[in-house]
Amino acid sequence: MSGWAKLWIGTDMGNGLLEIIVNTIKIALIFFAVVSTVPLLVWVERRGSAFMQNRLGPNRVGPLGLLQLAADAVKFIFKEPFVPDAADKVLYFMAPAMCLLPAMLTFAAIPLSTPFTVMGHTFKMQVADINVGIIYIFAVASLGVYGILAAGWSSANKYSLLGALRASSQMISYEVAMGLSIIGILMKYKTFDLTKMIWAQTGPFNFIWQGHIIQPLSWLPNWGIFFQPLAFILFFTAGFAETNRLPFDLPEGEAELVAGYHTEYGGFKFNMFFMGEYGHMMTSSALITILFFGGYALPWSGGGPVQVQEFWMSHSSWLSQVIPLATGEAASVLAMLTHLICFSIKMGFFLFVYIWVRWTLPRFRYDQLMDLGWKTMLPWSLANLGATTALLFFARYNPL
Amino acid sequence: MLQQLAPILVLIAIVVIFAVVAIFLTSLSGPKKNPSAAKQMPYECGVPGISVKTTKFPVKFYLTAILFILFDIEVIFLYPWAIVYTDLLKKSPFIFIEMVIFMVILTFGLFYVWMGQALDWD
Repeated sequence: MSGWAKLWIGTDMGNGLLEIIVNTIKIALIFFAVVSTVPLLVWVERRGSAFMQNRLGPNRVGPLGLLQLAADAVKFIFKEPFVPDAADKVLYFMAPAMCLLPAMLTFAAIPLSTPFTVMGHTFKMQVADINVGIIYIFAVASLGVYGILAAGWSSANKYSLLGALRASSQMISYEVAMGLSIIGILMKYKTFDLTKMIWAQTGPFNFIWQGHIIQPLSWLPNWGIFFQPLAFILFFTAGFAETNRLPFDLPEGEAELVAGYHTEYGGFKFNMFFMGEYGHMMTSSALITILFFGGYALPWSGGGPVQVQEFWMSHSSWLSQVIPLATGEAASVLAMLTHLICFSIKMGFFLFVYIWVRWTLPRFRYDQLMDLGWKTMLPWSLANLGATTALLFFARYNPL
Repeated sequence: MLQQLAPILVLIAIVVIFAVVAIFLTSLSGPKKNPSAAKQMPYECGVPGISVKTTKFPVKFYLTAILFILFDIEVIFLYPWAIVYTDLLKKSPFIFIEMVIFMVILTFGLFYVWMGQALDWD
């Protein structure tokens, strides 16, 4: 084995050459799954918008217009590769990749499901299990600003530049409120690790008040939203601003800025901005699910993922007969699928809300947008933080 | 910690290869370039475009960026504190008093820039 390959052994890529190869394939699969969910979301968005506005939407190509996705892809590929003369060529070509990369890298830290074991090798259902996941996601998500600025500046078009400036100043403004809003929930989970956050939300609703465990409503799941409802509202709102979606899509305000920072882009380069935007939307939905709605854990499952694993331990003999797997391995695969479906449903709901809100709320004016970020959301998230700090102070157990 | 980031390096490689290959291949697959003077100009609504590299833009954007850096660093200081808060509170209430002082200063800073009209967009 060459020295280069040896470097990877013992890292999170796996312990042997086989595991490294399988993990590389897994990473590529997750990447292409995210990339191919984008056209599906575009279809849902176009059909959903059409039904909300009492029209049909794309319904000509294939059943329910589903082949419209393929038609769009073909069009993206066979467009004329247009580059404006005045553009800064290097940045102009780099900008779409600079937008796509942070979106894909943030999704890498999301735990999609429980790990599963096949033939004695355990694989995690996430690209990278990072112990400071939430900080990593915020850090990488901020890098998206560079792609947008590069696109706007290199296009040498005033609409692009104005769109990029608006987008970047809106993204950084809402990032402060977004970062502040989740500190309250971090105090409760006591971890930056996204998997541990999911485990902290299993079981029925309960909290500790001066040393006593209080369980007022045992039918409620122990989700973050019941502890920090205000933080959820602030985080979700900031998510719309971070992804430049309506009602905060000022960077692309058609009436004023044509198409904002991607005015001069076409074909596949434009498509990559789109993938970046939808990738951010998916990460944001996944993060909301993990922080406030129990992540992949099933609600009302008592011990959470452990209980699901135990259930499949006693119900997986049929799978062992079909595929030669040990009972524990078959159970881990079935538990993984159960949690993956649960996570997809929760995440899909928030993705739908993103589309829903687009046709519910009108677009803000730019000064209203900045006022909302700095003068409403920032004070409210500070207030939320202060109230949580005080509440936890009074809830502490002091034996003296 | 660094071992945990190894899959990220692999993902960066996959995304970069995807982006480079996709942009290169689609630049070959499209119809032949057919440039004309008007087509190569920056997009403008029917009038000759003005150059943008020298265009000035409002200083408010710089101010927003400076305020962002100030507040974001303050937020980052709060993160590690939030993780250990409930555990250290069991030992002494000092961590509470300490952070109340920090948050009062932070709130005062916000109040100060607010009153100084740094947050106003006309």
